[in-house]
Amino acid sequence: MSALRTSDVSARGTDRQFWWFALSGVLLVCMVLVGLMIGPAGPTWWRIPLELLNRLPLISIDSGVSASDWNIVWQIRAPRVVLAVIVGSTLSISGASYQGVFRNPLVDPYLLGVAAGAGLGATVVFSLQSGQSSRWIIDPLPLIAFSGALVAVLVTYLVGTAFGTNRSTTTLVLAGVAVTSLATAIQAFILQRNTDVVRQVYSWILGRLSSATWGDVRLVLPYVIASTVVLLLHRRLLDVMRVGDDEALALGVNVRRVRLVVVLAATLGTASVVAVSGLIGFVGIIVPHAVRLLAGTSYRRVLPLSVLIGAAFLVAADIPSRVLANPAETPIGVVTAFFGAPFFLLLLRTRQTSQ
Amino acid sequence: MSTLGFCNLGVNYDGVPAVVDFNDILYSGEWLCLIGPNGAGKSSVLRAAAGLVSYSGSVAIDQNEIPATSARWRARHIAYVPQSPVIPTDMIVRDYVLLGRNPYIKHFASDSAHDRDVVERVLNRLDLTSFTKRPLGTLSGGEVQRLVIARALAQEAPVLFLDEPTSALDIGHQQQALELVDGLRREQGLTVVSAMHDLTLAGMYADRLVLMHQGRRVAEGTAQHVLRSETLAEFYGVSARVHHEPDGTVVVIPQRTPLS
Repeated sequence: MSALRTSDVSARGTDRQFWWFALSGVLLVCMVLVGLMIGPAGPTWWRIPLELLNRLPLISIDSGVSASDWNIVWQIRAPRVVLAVIVGSTLSISGASYQGVFRNPLVDPYLLGVAAGAGLGATVVFSLQSGQSSRWIIDPLPLIAFSGALVAVLVTYLVGTAFGTNRSTTTLVLAGVAVTSLATAIQAFILQRNTDVVRQVYSWILGRLSSATWGDVRLVLPYVIASTVVLLLHRRLLDVMRVGDDEALALGVNVRRVRLVVVLAATLGTASVVAVSGLIGFVGIIVPHAVRLLAGTSYRRVLPLSVLIGAAFLVAADIPSRVLANPAETPIGVVTAFFGAPFFLLLLRTRQTSQ
Repeated sequence: MSTLGFCNLGVNYDGVPAVVDFNDILYSGEWLCLIGPNGAGKSSVLRAAAGLVSYSGSVAIDQNEIPATSARWRARHIAYVPQSPVIPTDMIVRDYVLLGRNPYIKHFASDSAHDRDVVERVLNRLDLTSFTKRPLGTLSGGEVQRLVIARALAQEAPVLFLDEPTSALDIGHQQQALELVDGLRREQGLTVVSAMHDLTLAGMYADRLVLMHQGRRVAEGTAQHVLRSETLAEFYGVSARVHHEPDGTVVVIPQRTPLS
């Protein structure tokens, strides 16, 4: 009798879980298709799915897309959409993981100084390059921004754990605040002396996917995959850590090690996407919370669903950023906040009234 | 089946001793209750043996010393119910009890059918089956206490530590919770160590009381032996009458002493 009930209940649980994953997967695929179809130049939108089918093996359809049109889709739109998938999913899963290990719902993936470090790195690159054509063989911006982010978080972590007691995460968070202030101050100092690059730096800070290339995708992919895999592997342990350090320890979790590994993985992912896309705010907070409101708060669901929904969200946000001020670009950070914030408030409200 | 031994257990907080040379041996199914004024070191004994604070000396189960570094090994042998557990209000009951299976689930694996079975048995045993999908935030204090005990039982550890298990409960739920623990230790041979403030309840349920004061054991034995008004006056600084019921229950009644 009791065995019967067990399988019954868990079957229903898995069922619902399956539907959430299926739904998010479908949403992501739809968004990617729409993202490929819309843009200021290139072939008529409905020809693109046909051409995609045509390019599958064993299928041949005359889509009427010329080679140069296809080039626009494949070399300009596709990397942009793929990068949006990568950036959106990474920011979301990193945000969710940070919220888990710090047991604080307000934490975002930029908490420990990633943003300020990357911003400082980018400012340095822009001001060194100002007034002269680039002498670099490869674009130094992502690499320097990435290093800046990692150095900032490393300093935060070393200072935070050196002075803090082993039990408190407060010191770590405060160290992050201090490192952020320091990096921002240095950045402001450099900007003061190179006012000609203020505009470039500012637009970088607001985030952009417009210049995405397959090179960017290749650059970040290894880090992002490593970070996502590590975080997904920790999803059950993040659930255990929801009862606090003491009880998690009493339940057999090596709390300090788990926190260190999760913070490092989330930081690596965040730093690498920030390096190619700038600071796209808000995604890392809004997506995990939206997932929690919809599908429940267990990290076993929140982390994988954040990957799917985060990717879909950023691909979707990138579409208005292309067409709103056509032919100019609206910074995607503006779009995510402008559409994301009201949507999130609405979600909060419906949730409140339904309870 | 499982004996629990403390050997020269000592705890220091920044050089200030909280527990000094605590020694004891408990037999399987025994219930030991630590009593003593605030700051006497009762909780520190439990927290140390549960691996939450570092300690000197050793704690052993069936004469196997608990390895200092293995939180998982410890969690399979000692289940710890803290004084004020952290309750994630939006977690559901079943998931919460499932946390107790953590020491058996490989790091990156997920729960097996056996784990879910154990959880189901525990939920059944504690009459929580009708709650399984409720978020923790919707439960009453008594239900939460039962739930935390359920999580500890899911650990299938032979030793159960309870730190002030009844301090947040009304008199009826206090009795329920303690009867539950008593029933479980009889059924499953659980060895129980609890820290308690209510001396009458402590004497009613525990086989043996240990009175602690400033980190040291100052008296031990049955309730009749330990709960004397001179002893209480000396270590608690309280003036209390001790009343012996015909059935052997020892009742401690605080007395008013007008401040002069």
